Amino acid sequence: MKSLLLNGCEAAAEAAIAAGCRFYAGYPITPQNRFPEYMSFRLPQSGGVFLQAESELAAINMVFGAAAAGARALTSSSSPGISLKQEGISYLAGCELPAVIINMNRAGPGLGDVTPSQSDYFQSTRGGGHGDYRTIVLAPWSVQEIYDFTYLAFDLADRYRNPVLILSDGMVAQLLEPVHPRNGMKKLPQKKWALTGCRGRKPNSIKSLFLTPGVLETHNWKLARKYERMEKREVRWESYLCEKMELLIVSFGICARIAREAMEQARREGLRVGLFRPITLWPFPYRQLKSCLEKVSKVLVVELNLGQMLDDVKIASGGHSRIFFYGRPGGGVPTPEEILKEIKKK
Amino acid sequence: MKALFTRPRSLTSNVMIYCPGCGHGLVHRLVAEVIDELGLRERTIGVAPVGCAVLAYNYWNFDVTEAAHGRPPAVATGIKRVLPDRLVFTYQGDGDLAAIGTAEIIHAAARGEKISVIFVNNAVYGMTRGQMAPTTPLGLKTTTTPSGRDPDLHGYPIRVCELLTSLEGVCYLERVAVDSVPGILKARQAIRKTFTYQLENRGFSLVELLCSCPTNWKMTPSQAMKWIGQEMVKWFPPGVYKDVDSTNQG
Repeated sequence: MKSLLLNGCEAAAEAAIAAGCRFYAGYPITPQNRFPEYMSFRLPQSGGVFLQAESELAAINMVFGAAAAGARALTSSSSPGISLKQEGISYLAGCELPAVIINMNRAGPGLGDVTPSQSDYFQSTRGGGHGDYRTIVLAPWSVQEIYDFTYLAFDLADRYRNPVLILSDGMVAQLLEPVHPRNGMKKLPQKKWALTGCRGRKPNSIKSLFLTPGVLETHNWKLARKYERMEKREVRWESYLCEKMELLIVSFGICARIAREAMEQARREGLRVGLFRPITLWPFPYRQLKSCLEKVSKVLVVELNLGQMLDDVKIASGGHSRIFFYGRPGGGVPTPEEILKEIKKK
Repeated sequence: MKALFTRPRSLTSNVMIYCPGCGHGLVHRLVAEVIDELGLRERTIGVAPVGCAVLAYNYWNFDVTEAAHGRPPAVATGIKRVLPDRLVFTYQGDGDLAAIGTAEIIHAAARGEKISVIFVNNAVYGMTRGQMAPTTPLGLKTTTTPSGRDPDLHGYPIRVCELLTSLEGVCYLERVAVDSVPGILKARQAIRKTFTYQLENRGFSLVELLCSCPTNWKMTPSQAMKWIGQEMVKWFPPGVYKDVDSTNQG
């Protein structure tokens, strides 16, 4: 298949359609406005439904309805909008409904700025909404990756009957890059639990309310076992030049891509620098990172925030004494040279 | 032997946990009877609200989902758009529909979403112990208006049917007082009409049912029934507020 020149929003939209997504509801918010605009003509062409919702709350609940009816369903937004969607994400998790939610992270808190950020790491990896639940979180660093991860996310959502988040950012959303598209899904999974009308079967119900003592606990233990399966099977990461190095950069998403450039410059100057990049922010690659950390004397965590993944790096390290942090919390994006300067300071 | 009265196929044999004299049991049964009558049990998907009726899936013998508080119209929109040939309805209380879910109901109506809404108005939040609702009449004492609803402090009740009449996506709006046998029969007809209009793809429709909540009104079931007809109807006059098939409105 020919490659296409797309921005991050368009690539994710194309991937969703190729993956069999037939329902999208969204609400305008910068920097992901291209997403609903693109879906508004592209999804109906593929036999799907596009809806501009009256609010982010309505959008995620429309996705809840479409998912309950058995469709592959998607919503996208940016940070303040994702905050509003947390109610629905909690219900999706509690009701065990599959859906994909894409966050083109902008800087916060509050209205913040429309520029790229990674400040929703905690919100994405620690639940975000109320209750004891987990969601797989994928962090792409290129337009090709947001395509690939969106395509994958629908399969993961169906496999585990759980919402899957893509934590991208305002930069990937607007980058124009070539994308190699995939062939469309041939066969989508059967969903016997879906609400389609009870012809020839007992009625189905979808619920997260369990009032009889002990029943919610049983339900939540069942969810816990599912999350354990995800932790066992779905950890994704990449490492670059992690042998014989002195300093390891740990970074994710677009920030890791800039850090790789810094790492290459450092290597050219003879500095022994490696890079570890978590791809799933949850489940986090603790074990894989730990084995890299054991080989280095210094660690530099680079994020577009005040240091959120930093907590997970510390957990993975089990008490590494020389973990440094370089962050840009206000929507600014560092150049490779700025990161290189930080490397040299350590 | 000829059976004169049986349980509708669309109702399960589970014993309802509603309080004595509560309107929900009546309305659940009416919905089930009409679905049986139209032969739609296997094509129906219901959306239950947050509130006393959240357990509706225990009582209805067809597919039902729960929805977050106020969001049933959005959830129903998602279902109906994916499965346009099914009967999709929401069942909502006054707090759900007219307070926390005001945006969802107005926009589903404005879009002309082809869903039916069964709106149970009992003037209070039932499940949480009788707090003031958006439909609490002035003067009524509730657990959050201990001296009675005062317009200076608490504002005025919202009349949902009247509010929705201006929206072009709406094909049918009727309010019925479920306080007597004629009222129950009228409610049944209205429920039948909202489902029929949906199957005919006419647009959004809503039936508002004035129902009793004796526990939170602190009345006996028979006092509560009387209160609907004597007091509630003053604030919420029954009638057809919109019907695309009729010129006789309001």
